[in-house]
Amino acid sequence: MTQPSSGHKAGAFDIRIFISMLIGLYGVVLVATGLVGTSDDELARADGVNINLWAGLGMIVFAACFLAWARLRPVVVPDDEQRSEGDETP
Amino acid sequence: MILAADAQLRLDANWIDYLLIAFYFAFVIGIGILARRSVSSSLDFFLSGRSLPAWVTGLAFVSANLGAVEIIGMSANGANYGIPTVHYFWVGAVPAMLFLGVVMMPFYYGSKVRSVPEFMNRRFGSAAHLVNAISFAVAQLLIAGINLYLLASIVEVLLGWPLWVSLVVAAAIVLTYTALGGLSAAIYNEVLQFFVIVAALLPLTLVGLNKVGGWDGLKEKVAGSPGGGEQLSSWPGTALSGFDNPVLSVIGIVFGLGFVLSFGYWTTNFVEVQRAMATNSMSAAQRSPIIGAFPKMFVPFIVIIPGMIAAVTVNELVQFKEDGSGGATYNDSILYLMRDLLPNGMLGVAIAGLLASFMAGMAANISAFNTVFSYDLWQTYLVKDKEDSYYTAVGRVAAVAATLIAIGTATFAASYSNVMTYLQTLFGFFNAPLFATFILGMFWKRMTAAAGWSGLVAGTAAAVGVWVLSEDVLGVIGIGEQGGAFVAASAAFVVDIVVSVVVSLATEPKPEHELEGLVYSRSERTRRHEEVSRLPWHQQPTRLAGVALALVVLLNILFW
Repeated sequence: MTQPSSGHKAGAFDIRIFISMLIGLYGVVLVATGLVGTSDDELARADGVNINLWAGLGMIVFAACFLAWARLRPVVVPDDEQRSEGDETP
Repeated sequence: MILAADAQLRLDANWIDYLLIAFYFAFVIGIGILARRSVSSSLDFFLSGRSLPAWVTGLAFVSANLGAVEIIGMSANGANYGIPTVHYFWVGAVPAMLFLGVVMMPFYYGSKVRSVPEFMNRRFGSAAHLVNAISFAVAQLLIAGINLYLLASIVEVLLGWPLWVSLVVAAAIVLTYTALGGLSAAIYNEVLQFFVIVAALLPLTLVGLNKVGGWDGLKEKVAGSPGGGEQLSSWPGTALSGFDNPVLSVIGIVFGLGFVLSFGYWTTNFVEVQRAMATNSMSAAQRSPIIGAFPKMFVPFIVIIPGMIAAVTVNELVQFKEDGSGGATYNDSILYLMRDLLPNGMLGVAIAGLLASFMAGMAANISAFNTVFSYDLWQTYLVKDKEDSYYTAVGRVAAVAATLIAIGTATFAASYSNVMTYLQTLFGFFNAPLFATFILGMFWKRMTAAAGWSGLVAGTAAAVGVWVLSEDVLGVIGIGEQGGAFVAASAAFVVDIVVSVVVSLATEPKPEHELEGLVYSRSERTRRHEEVSRLPWHQQPTRLAGVALALVVLLNILFW
């Protein structure tokens, strides 16, 4: 709800974009860490599972799905606020 | 590993972890600033202009409750009691959320009230309203302080900052986004927090399960631990309820925890209800708690199971469970598990998730306090008939004041943490009589104003009375811990109903035309029913609730 023009998309302020940006960013950093920065000692603690790599990949996939959802079904801010509720002033 | 009694639990966070935590805070503040641009009236600020989609408010609904007490407390219960802890979710929260959506939300949303106390005012008049509004406002300030204290003490443990620095920094961040963007900022951040919490706890759970040899390995280890095999089946849960008799234990869990405590909490607590009120239609308002019920029923898997894994793998906890020695407590289960399993990188995400969860709880307290203070106390009793922008300003000042007071109560909590636990238990007692008064008032139009406030007072007094007699304080009656709270809440419920009925029969009821939309027999059910039945099934509250109920029954059977 940035501008009260008619039937516009919510644009940048769609929380799904924020969620996919943050989780996607986490995913990229984790994958990078998993590939170059995770020590053998850390791997051994988790029985050899490269947590950073796998969790990072999972987060990237999740972020991509969320972004796709936001793109396919954008939030449309209706211009007729009175649609069903009528006057809301207290 | 040898630990001295005062050994500090520390996580070895490095720059990658700090970077990931910093990303999270940048997003939180960014959302607060962007949400501010859309605040143009007090309704925007306090109820998000009633414009949010149901999945957003549904997730916020879960997140507002997924605070420090939930994550730390339920994983500690998982470590201590095992599987029976799921009752808090599958017998407690989920049925109550469905009931709120299907039965109670039409009254809240349909009567256009802006808060739960305002509904009390319309239905029962100002005596009940004042009791409710003041006790709620005071409780929120104290609980915000508890949340803030837990948040700061985790920061102290994790990062080694002094407690007061953690307190001020955490409070400043929560204040920045709630005071700027009002409820929208709080809700959007709660949704973001939900995903960060899941991103933190889900990998931890999976890696932990892998480490103990999968679900079967965990079962084997728990059965071999001091808790034994009974920690693997949810019923009768005698250790959890504190009743030795299995029949009493089941009754205590179903009626005390399930019906009275959880219904009381979820259906009358404005912190929760406020989230559903911020939606754009009646159907969306009803669907928020119902949509929230779906993720809620799976929260135990990422909270209780890590607790159970910690109890059988973390050296300090294994020792503590064996003979009670060592400096560990169940409250630190998740932290120990993070320390043992997570590499730098994922550790940062996990810390961000914990910080997110603690801030969610506090932000929810502050934003609900704002609304009740501004609308129900300031506007109703102190300064009436000012222009709308005035009350938005009052709300912002109230947020600042509430945060400062919360820092004060957090300092208090730091020196008297037991007292604060007691206080929180006590405030829980307000919910059970409130639920009794609401449910009777909604379905019995004969119930009078005098019955409204006298039932509340008598019910709360009964709860406090039982609690004082229980093992927690005097020990006259032999119940304590969780069982004591179940009995106290049940007593409050019964006493409230009895007093309300007796007082109602002796006093004059409100004239019927004043009850429009407030009681069941005077609500517009038929017209709404026709509108709703044209929607697809997943937008019909009752059908959606039916699906959720079937799922939660299935979960209950699977973990019997």
